[in-house]
Amino acid sequence: MLKKMLGTAAVLTLMASPVAADIKIGFVTTLTTPVAVIGKDMRDAVELAMEHIGGKMAGEDVEIVYADDEFNSQKGKQATERLVLRDDVDIVAGYIWSNVLLASAPVVLNANKILISANAGPSPLAGAQCNANFFNIAWQNDQTPMALGELLNQQGVKSLYLVAPNYAAGQNMVAGVERTFKGEVVGKDMTVWPSQRDWSAELSKVKAAKPDGVFTFYPGPAGPAFIKQYQQAGLEGQVPLYSVYTLDSISLPLFQKAGMETVLGTKMTQFWAPDLDNAANKKFVADFRKKYGRYPSFYAAQSYDAIMFIKSGVEAVSGDIGNIDGMRAALKKADFDSIRGDFTFGNNHFPIQNFYERTVVKDADGNWTTAVGRAVLKDHQDPYASQCKM
Amino acid sequence: MDYVLLTEQFLNGFQLGIILFLMAAGLTLVFGIMDLVNLAHGSMFMIGAFVGGTIAVLTGSFIVGVVLMIPAMLVIGMVVEMTTLRTLYPRDHLDHVLATFGLILFFNEATRIIWGPEGLLVPLPAFLDGTVALGAITYPVYRIVIIVIGLAVALGLYLLVSHTRIGMLIRAGASNRTMAGALGVNIPLLFSIVFGIGAVLAGLAGLIITPITQAQIGMGEDVLILAFVVIVIGGIGSIRGAFIASIVTGVIDTMGRSFLDVFLLLFLPENAAESAGPALSSMLIYVLMAAILFFRPQGLFPPKGAGG
Amino acid sequence: MIELRNPANILTAIVIGLCAVVPFLAPALGEPFYVIVFARIMIWAIAAVSLNLIMGYGGMISFGHAVYLGIGGYTIGILAFHGVNNAWIQWPLGIGICALISLIFGAISLRTRGVYFIMITLALAQMIFFLSVSAERYGSDDGLNILGRSDFGLPFYNLSDKLTMYYTIFAFLLLSVFVSWRLIHSRFGVVMRAAKSNDTRVQAVGVSTYRYRLTAFVIAGVMCGIAGMLQANLENFVSPDMMNWPRSGELIFMVVLGGMSTLFGPVTGAFVFLMLSEILSTWTIHWHIIFGPFLVLVVIFARGGIAGLLTPRAARE
Repeated sequence: MLKKMLGTAAVLTLMASPVAADIKIGFVTTLTTPVAVIGKDMRDAVELAMEHIGGKMAGEDVEIVYADDEFNSQKGKQATERLVLRDDVDIVAGYIWSNVLLASAPVVLNANKILISANAGPSPLAGAQCNANFFNIAWQNDQTPMALGELLNQQGVKSLYLVAPNYAAGQNMVAGVERTFKGEVVGKDMTVWPSQRDWSAELSKVKAAKPDGVFTFYPGPAGPAFIKQYQQAGLEGQVPLYSVYTLDSISLPLFQKAGMETVLGTKMTQFWAPDLDNAANKKFVADFRKKYGRYPSFYAAQSYDAIMFIKSGVEAVSGDIGNIDGMRAALKKADFDSIRGDFTFGNNHFPIQNFYERTVVKDADGNWTTAVGRAVLKDHQDPYASQCKM
Repeated sequence: MDYVLLTEQFLNGFQLGIILFLMAAGLTLVFGIMDLVNLAHGSMFMIGAFVGGTIAVLTGSFIVGVVLMIPAMLVIGMVVEMTTLRTLYPRDHLDHVLATFGLILFFNEATRIIWGPEGLLVPLPAFLDGTVALGAITYPVYRIVIIVIGLAVALGLYLLVSHTRIGMLIRAGASNRTMAGALGVNIPLLFSIVFGIGAVLAGLAGLIITPITQAQIGMGEDVLILAFVVIVIGGIGSIRGAFIASIVTGVIDTMGRSFLDVFLLLFLPENAAESAGPALSSMLIYVLMAAILFFRPQGLFPPKGAGG
Repeated sequence: MIELRNPANILTAIVIGLCAVVPFLAPALGEPFYVIVFARIMIWAIAAVSLNLIMGYGGMISFGHAVYLGIGGYTIGILAFHGVNNAWIQWPLGIGICALISLIFGAISLRTRGVYFIMITLALAQMIFFLSVSAERYGSDDGLNILGRSDFGLPFYNLSDKLTMYYTIFAFLLLSVFVSWRLIHSRFGVVMRAAKSNDTRVQAVGVSTYRYRLTAFVIAGVMCGIAGMLQANLENFVSPDMMNWPRSGELIFMVVLGGMSTLFGPVTGAFVFLMLSEILSTWTIHWHIIFGPFLVLVVIFARGGIAGLLTPRAARE
């Protein structure tokens, strides 16, 4: 028994020996559980970015250390601690889920390292808990639904029914839409998440309320399930469906395989679309499709941007990764070719950017994807920036 | 009072109850006869969905998928029973819970390795995909199909248990296993068959709900908890109890989700009703179970003379 | 009493010994990360000890025990959210609320037995879980950041100091094992263990097993709640996923793995379970497919858990 313990201790010490890379970036995402499909997309994008930069930033070798948050805040925090304390990474990036980010952020920030969120944008980190070393390269959780509320106004929707899951992200999406939507909310159903995947009761209520439009938010595999039931309830073509984060390049191929034409023509809002017209995005999407045979999701786009963003900071300090102040100053400028085009950071280090209308369409090769339309919100800043004291 | 909405919600609740019944029937059979607490029943639900769904997609026919899923699940169920679960019968319930929990982890991961993490979308043939007019209501065709299938299965189970030889053996085994064994009944084979039937029922539930909710890893666990609630309410070992409890649970849950917020608005300010509504409706089924257990701990229809 | 030649007890001594010295040993070996890992393991060990009280010795398999981690943790979280950082308010209130809820839940659940008891404890815990996810004000499942640790207002005792926090958890771990030991070897413990083997006979002697069981349930709930309060302080964060039903399942496993109804079983069980998941996860992302069957095999072949495997036959109870 004693021998076993000593042996384990030896193995642990060996595992801790430094690896020969000059710049280590820790990337926290979900690699197990059913939602690992998102983590896979992010990982694929990071690998593509590494290919594009030749695995080097400012001449130094770069190593990406992936860590799995197992879709749980405590495990995500422990994974972050492992990256910071054991693997001794220089920068930490990633984070799909707001609760994992909120739990893990202090670990990175207290160690005076730079933390970059490639997806989660919870309001505490945009407001009162903002931090000089924290940057969000995606969006603040309220912005996308706020853009959708504005789109509803522009589309002439006067009465709206909301169906969303009853957890933080769902509550945020609904709150965001209600912030900007000027019409009347004729019904709101917050459903049990993630266990409830049969919305017959809610859809019957929608039919009875006869609204001008329905707003929904169901990320992951729940999205196709909801839309299928929407169609079966006879609402397709009767009441237009608007959504955020429900239809993306991860779910659209599944819809296409199943022949669910009902999604063609539905509208959503987002800060990016695969066909957004700028050089960086064209290259990213084309190479992603060539390498992986599918369109990238917004998770992938954000992760790709995160690596390019880090590169801009590292190059500004000529590879001197210990110069945190220098890196921070450089990163604040957002001086790199982002897949969304040019943007600036607010005082809280969240992007000030456009949000576009997107419609689900068939592309020239017959694949289902989204087409970008006009900007619904231009240079939009999140509503929490004023609470940040930076 | 919107009678169209009310009738629609009742149908919705009834259909939810049917799915619960298919799950609960298998669970209560296995528990009642074999005294086995089987958490991996949810995995059978998932495997039926994936296996049947894959067959449906490959052959292009959903009906072929359903038909071929039945022998597939029978075999899978019996294999699982013979290899892993047989060792658990003489042990106490805690060991059942733990071992079958480990099985869940294994099945989830195996499904992920075989089918990938995205899940499976199973399309329906066009004639099942639309709506039908029932008086003033337009209701999805497929949900009516589910109700019909469920009632057919319920009838079939009733006939099996009360009018066939094997049903007689099942009832004997449920009443007094030792005695039945002493009378020459091949108990191990009987158990394997019963478990196989349970797996088929769970797999059927998983497959027929898949065109609506899509097949997903871990889809069985949520239904499993509800199924346990149902058999506890109905009385463990009783199929009749499972049927009644499932329908009641389905209807109450659906009615709660439909009308609880309206009901709360009668005496709560709008903000409070808006947040309390979803919270309360998610707890409704558990409150019901707690209440029934408090007054009648053995459930509504406990089977007579259960023992052995 | 505790024999020193029993390998199971040697393992326990090593685990506890490691816990005692890790804050100095780990940084010395260049592995400061493991200090936090051990702190977390100790908190889970306290929760496992509390579950062992009712499950191991009392035969009550609670599939909702992790809910008390959440109740204790959220008491601190919600009070801190409203600006109350005073430990002399937070801790007594947390203990009181845990006692009240475990009293109510116990009163309902203990009217049933066997699998009914398992399901009803699960259901009641799910209710609290859903309640916390719908509480938009307190972060829902985003969780609640706790900006400051419990303030005892004592100059020499400050939980914000890492060592103080660590050894407070360690002290509570030892305390919980001690309380467990005293309870088991008291008249109370004798009644509980007797009721576990033959409830009818105990009642026939005129002892109300219901009251003894309920008392044990409340003590276990409070002990677990204290673990939750320690967790809220350690992590500066609470979220609903610290009390969902997979967490309760993991607690049951820790107790069984270590050896149910042994004094130190839950401690070694928590240690092995969590260290194994930490190490396995750095090897491969598919570690669940190893872990699942491993748990099944432990249950099938290692009936008494680790303690059972290690204890020589002659010394077994």
